[in-house]
Amino acid sequence: MNPAPTVIESLMPLPVLLPLLGAGLALVLAGRPNLQRAVSVSVLVAVVAISAVLVAGAADRPRVVTVGSWPAPLGITLVADQLSTIMLLTSMTVTLLVFLYAIGQGTATDDSRTPVSIFHPTYLVLAAGVANAFLSGDLFNLYVGFEVLLMASYVLLTLGGTRSRIRAGLTYVVVNVVSSLVFLAGIALVYAAVGTLNLAQISVRMEAVPAGTQLTIHLVLLTAFGIKAAVFPLSAWLPDSYPTAAAPVTAVFAGLLTKVGVYSIIRTETLLFPGDSVADDILLVAALATMVIGALGAIAQDDIKRVLSFTLVSHIGYMIFGVALTTPAGVGAAIFYVVHHITVQATLFCVAGLIERLGGSTSTTRLAGLAAASPLLAVLYFVPAINLGGIPPLSGFVGKLGLIEAGVQDGSVLAWLLVVGSVLTSLLTLYAMAKVWVLAFWRPVEQLPAEHPDDADGNDDDALEPADDGDDPDDHLDDEDDEIDEVDDEPVDPESLRDGMDQRFPVLIGAGRAGEAYAGSGRLSTSYSGAFMGAGVSDREDHGSPVRLPRAMTAATAGLVAVGIALTVVAGPLYTLTDRAAADLTARTPYISAVFAQATDDRVAR
Amino acid sequence: MSMSLVMLVLIALLYSAGVYLLLDRSLTRVLLGVLVLGNATNLLVISSGGPFGTAPFVGRSPEAGMSDALVQALVLTAIVITLGVAAFLLSIIHRTWTLDREDDLGVDAEDRSVRRRLERDEQIDEDEFDTTGCESTSDTDDERAERAAVATTGGST
Repeated sequence: MNPAPTVIESLMPLPVLLPLLGAGLALVLAGRPNLQRAVSVSVLVAVVAISAVLVAGAADRPRVVTVGSWPAPLGITLVADQLSTIMLLTSMTVTLLVFLYAIGQGTATDDSRTPVSIFHPTYLVLAAGVANAFLSGDLFNLYVGFEVLLMASYVLLTLGGTRSRIRAGLTYVVVNVVSSLVFLAGIALVYAAVGTLNLAQISVRMEAVPAGTQLTIHLVLLTAFGIKAAVFPLSAWLPDSYPTAAAPVTAVFAGLLTKVGVYSIIRTETLLFPGDSVADDILLVAALATMVIGALGAIAQDDIKRVLSFTLVSHIGYMIFGVALTTPAGVGAAIFYVVHHITVQATLFCVAGLIERLGGSTSTTRLAGLAAASPLLAVLYFVPAINLGGIPPLSGFVGKLGLIEAGVQDGSVLAWLLVVGSVLTSLLTLYAMAKVWVLAFWRPVEQLPAEHPDDADGNDDDALEPADDGDDPDDHLDDEDDEIDEVDDEPVDPESLRDGMDQRFPVLIGAGRAGEAYAGSGRLSTSYSGAFMGAGVSDREDHGSPVRLPRAMTAATAGLVAVGIALTVVAGPLYTLTDRAAADLTARTPYISAVFAQATDDRVAR
Repeated sequence: MSMSLVMLVLIALLYSAGVYLLLDRSLTRVLLGVLVLGNATNLLVISSGGPFGTAPFVGRSPEAGMSDALVQALVLTAIVITLGVAAFLLSIIHRTWTLDREDDLGVDAEDRSVRRRLERDEQIDEDEFDTTGCESTSDTDDERAERAAVATTGGST
């Protein structure tokens, strides 16, 4: 069944190499969109296939490659154990599907202009960085993997260079640079303490380090990874930066980037610093705060993309909960939850992109009647939404159940608090998802608060304002003045500018115009801020030309939904796999002995 | 590991200066802060290799007296990465300048809307209990005053 060991091990560097080479080729082929698309897609398909082989190959024991055959402490070690291969396969599958979605978006906008496309190469570099982070068996190589994927993400987030994206990008770049510097400082501390950066070797030598020093290093690393994974006190950057990006970019970020942080936390907790109760308690409290505060934030939002960004933060809490329990059951459930969450969160952001296309906005105060307009879209939203909320029998339910079971097994007061917190968060998530469903999908178009100046700040409470205090004429007038003032000098200005910028700085997503990703909102805002139209849908229907869902984008989204459902179908075997991965992780010996067995140099085992 | 006091003091100074600059509203200063923080971290990595010795070339000097070559390789990588990030940040700052003719980090739209919602709620409360409170109304009427108000609350929280 399993291919020969040499085959597996020679395949291991390819998930990093292929996308990098593909990125170079895609850049060269920038002038030939069709060829470029073919190259990028085939590279990603190949990577997915290789990842699948690696999952099978690493099932019995971790596979180790020392790049360039330098013995382990000198050369770069790549390690594919069950955790990293599961993460790799899930993330690369989602990457591929979101990429198809992006291509669909590019062709759907079919613009005749064909400017230089930097989207494809950057996207492939991102994939290479993610793969490198997962496969790295060395702390510094993990740092390099992070930097590669972050550099790519900076470019993707600010694609098009519009005002809102530049603003969001600034926050994102500065926060991530700081987190990388904290990580680098952590690396310096590790090196000073144990004199190596090889993960397996650190884990052996760290036991001799005094407990206080260990805790310091541990917390520095956790802070760095906590920022990247968006764990509560360090999560404020995420809902501010993600929603402004193009739909496929947000989808792939939501699916992958925070999960690389979670992956690093899993490695830190299980391999480097097992059984550190202080840090585990801190993580448990952080997990509780992340869950509840994220979910409350999601409820308070009106914009679907912002709702989803907050649920993303909130559900990171579940994974941290499982990891912080440090029992095999907890870690296994956490890994299962990561797999589930990568898929479902990326799906929902793709759906949000479709909603934006169809409805012209992602604000629930401007959307209505989508279920009637497109039953297909309604299904595509509904399935992942209830999956995220944890309705049985979907994979979200299985993951949450596993976590709750692990929490109950643990039995400490803090673990019980988290069990209660995770049930509460699940309900709150369901409420947030249902709110979007009722407002955007079920509400008839006539019920929209129409014909009211709607500012572009996303301050959508305003639409309801006259109903609230309409009995007080002065207040009402004040309100109106305020609105008109704003519409006159604030929103129109940036929006029209933004639109103008698009034309002057066209950048590609796929083969179409990059701006299109959000141009739905951009263009609508320009036309609407003059006309004060309430709803995109009703307007378009009035003109008798309903917007069709682009076929390729819908198909890619449907593919993601199908992957989500497939996770439910294979939940049993998958859960066995993640449990075994967790057993290996908590035992630690398979990983460490695999790396040391590879090292021919006896200095390693010193 | 032993570490020279001069390096320790220098690293501490650079870290504090970097954090101070990073918290500024001016984007150029934020960039400088990133650079200073990067250098502080690089020095930390260099000192993590132990006491300094001779240049690590095999054959030129006895192996026992050499500096650690690995940390130098690490720092080289880190410097290149910081350079790339700095170039990207510079280009973003330039873009902000062409868009807004401003070097400051603007007020966040969401912050402002939350602030406005808050003020409106307060206004409703005041209308119910007290008819004299109109300070917040004048704030909302004037965009600049509002910006200032948000800025002060943003700074104080």
